[in-house]
Amino acid sequence: MYVVIVGCGRVGSALALGLISEGHKVAVIDEDEDALQRLGEDFPGDFVHGVGIDIKALEKVHTENADAFVAATDGDNTNIVSAQLAKERFGVKSVVTRVYDPNRAKFFKEKMGINTICPTADTIDLLARAVKSEVAS
Amino acid sequence: MFVVIAGGGKVGRTLTRMLTSRGNEVMMIEQDRRRYQRLTQEFDESVMLGDATEIFNLERAGIERADVVAAVTGDDEDNIIICQVANHKFNVPKAIARVNNPENQEAFDVLGIGPTVSATNSLLSLIEHEMPTHKLVHLLNLKKENLEIVEVMVEEGSSLSHKRIEEIELPAGVLLISILRDTHALIPQGSTELRAGDQILAILEPGREEELTHLFLSE
Repeated sequence: MYVVIVGCGRVGSALALGLISEGHKVAVIDEDEDALQRLGEDFPGDFVHGVGIDIKALEKVHTENADAFVAATDGDNTNIVSAQLAKERFGVKSVVTRVYDPNRAKFFKEKMGINTICPTADTIDLLARAVKSEVAS
Repeated sequence: MFVVIAGGGKVGRTLTRMLTSRGNEVMMIEQDRRRYQRLTQEFDESVMLGDATEIFNLERAGIERADVVAAVTGDDEDNIIICQVANHKFNVPKAIARVNNPENQEAFDVLGIGPTVSATNSLLSLIEHEMPTHKLVHLLNLKKENLEIVEVMVEEGSSLSHKRIEEIELPAGVLLISILRDTHALIPQGSTELRAGDQILAILEPGREEELTHLFLSE
């Protein structure tokens, strides 16, 4: 499959490399040109310098051909907007985005139909469970 | 009216000042603490500290009873999010967004954010308006209503010059609203005769511009 990833930080870059190693085609967009370094010198995918809400950058990597789209920059609002553009403007069927703020993650998931993943809510959940199991044992 | 303004920069400040002086209630949200402290000196209780893209802060600002939300921060993605939350979570009747980077206009349009205000686009319209050779100027886009208001000039040598309105075959979906001649505005009637140099205001369905321009051009 072909996956477009916006944001080449720890999460975006590791996801890109993982997908490549499984034989998928990947394009990465990041506003910082140095972010390419995280992907290694012989990264076989596309890398485009740009921001995720820039339609031109999304066009450059042919987002319309993507089977999946992931927004994983460190900005919640950038992620939500670029995910919606991938869906509405480019018709990508499978769109996933990271949103740190649990309230925004919930609202955009429930009301706006965006598949949000909230590390904050997940961490709270994991910690709560860990605490309870420590006490129980 | 109660207006929530997201962003306490020059635009937000001026808006707050003008709306308050006209008797409206305003709550301005600014996320930078130092800027917020300066703002409190002038705006006192009408400004609060916080990130306006956080739902919780919009609630604190009283968005639930807002008649209008104006998202005028310097970040386009923030303005989009604020408008979406205002419209879809709090059912605010009107959410207006500032477009900072004109290249992002399409993103606002695709996501149904609006009305939008862009300094660059406004400047462009104004400049076009001043250009003697301009053909057609967009004055107002009513996106939801699918209508736009444009201005077009009757060129010297146009087949329309010296024609009465009733003799002109306008394209479907076009209506002439008024004629600006010298310094007067006329309401067109069937018997009104057009002259070269007249500025015509017309309301039309988007996409009819070319037919209209064609009609007004010289042969």
